[in-house]
Amino acid sequence: MSAPRDRAEQVARLAQLNRQFHLVVPHNRALGLEVVEFGDGDARMRLPYSRDLVGNPDTGVLHGGAITSLMDACCGAAVFMKLPMPVPIATLDLRIDYLRPADPGRDVLAHATCFRLTRNVAFVRGVAYHDDEADPVAAAAGAFMLATAPGRGSPRTRPSP
Amino acid sequence: MTEPCDRSTGLVELIAEAKRTNQPGRLTDIVPYARFMGLSMRHVAGELLGHLTYADMLIGNPALPALHGGALGALLESTAIFQLLWEAETVVLPKTIDITVEYLRTGRPIDTWAKGILTRQGRRVANVRVEAWQEDRQRPITIAHAHFLILPGPEGEVGDA
Repeated sequence: MSAPRDRAEQVARLAQLNRQFHLVVPHNRALGLEVVEFGDGDARMRLPYSRDLVGNPDTGVLHGGAITSLMDACCGAAVFMKLPMPVPIATLDLRIDYLRPADPGRDVLAHATCFRLTRNVAFVRGVAYHDDEADPVAAAAGAFMLATAPGRGSPRTRPSP
Repeated sequence: MTEPCDRSTGLVELIAEAKRTNQPGRLTDIVPYARFMGLSMRHVAGELLGHLTYADMLIGNPALPALHGGALGALLESTAIFQLLWEAETVVLPKTIDITVEYLRTGRPIDTWAKGILTRQGRRVANVRVEAWQEDRQRPITIAHAHFLILPGPEGEVGDA
């Protein structure tokens, strides 16, 4: 348990982070994605359930695409939390395993960890779940390119490591 | 917005009807997430293509600007599913097992097209490769390969997450 003052500080930083995050990434805002926790090389985000995001109108199960966006955003956030100083990053690849259907009507959480950072590439893995990380609905593994220096263009346009 | 959708859509009948009348657009009309994203399936010169209409809310990086990786992943996954639905002789509701998305170039703030190719269809599993491009089809911006479970009947559900 962290001290109340540390906790208050964390909550304030979280609010600030979410404001930035929504300001900066329109698609995250459209999906209602929010960061709920962060740490060193670690991020946790929530995708609120919405009928707009349903893939199967018969069951009300969320579309895989919404889960992909959640995982892409959460994995990217985990990389930012690992960087010694902020640089632009770009997704190189992202693999999603759909382990079971998400429960209709329930928010989906994602937890991602950047477990290796090199000069050019960050490696991340994560899971999507409802309330128990040990019972995930999806698993993700991704690699991200880091920009080398300001003004040298997007790494997404220069994908070779 | 926490209740699941009702079960009255009759997805299987709608899909069969869309195929019978050769109206691929009807496949996407019934998926809330596809409508939300501006995703559709279109016949272009006798070819079935996925189409993502540009909207500001699809942006993931406003500095470039670039489309969100999740939005492109959604286009690829949806196109793969609809391609599979379209080509399968009977109505099977594919369940995504996994998808790997590779980001090759920046998705610019314009419309994006995608084409799915059924690389192998087994009894239980179908392999689909998908490419997305913008103005130049020879320069794909994102590619993916995915596995789908295609058990006929109620065991499979389209768009499961």
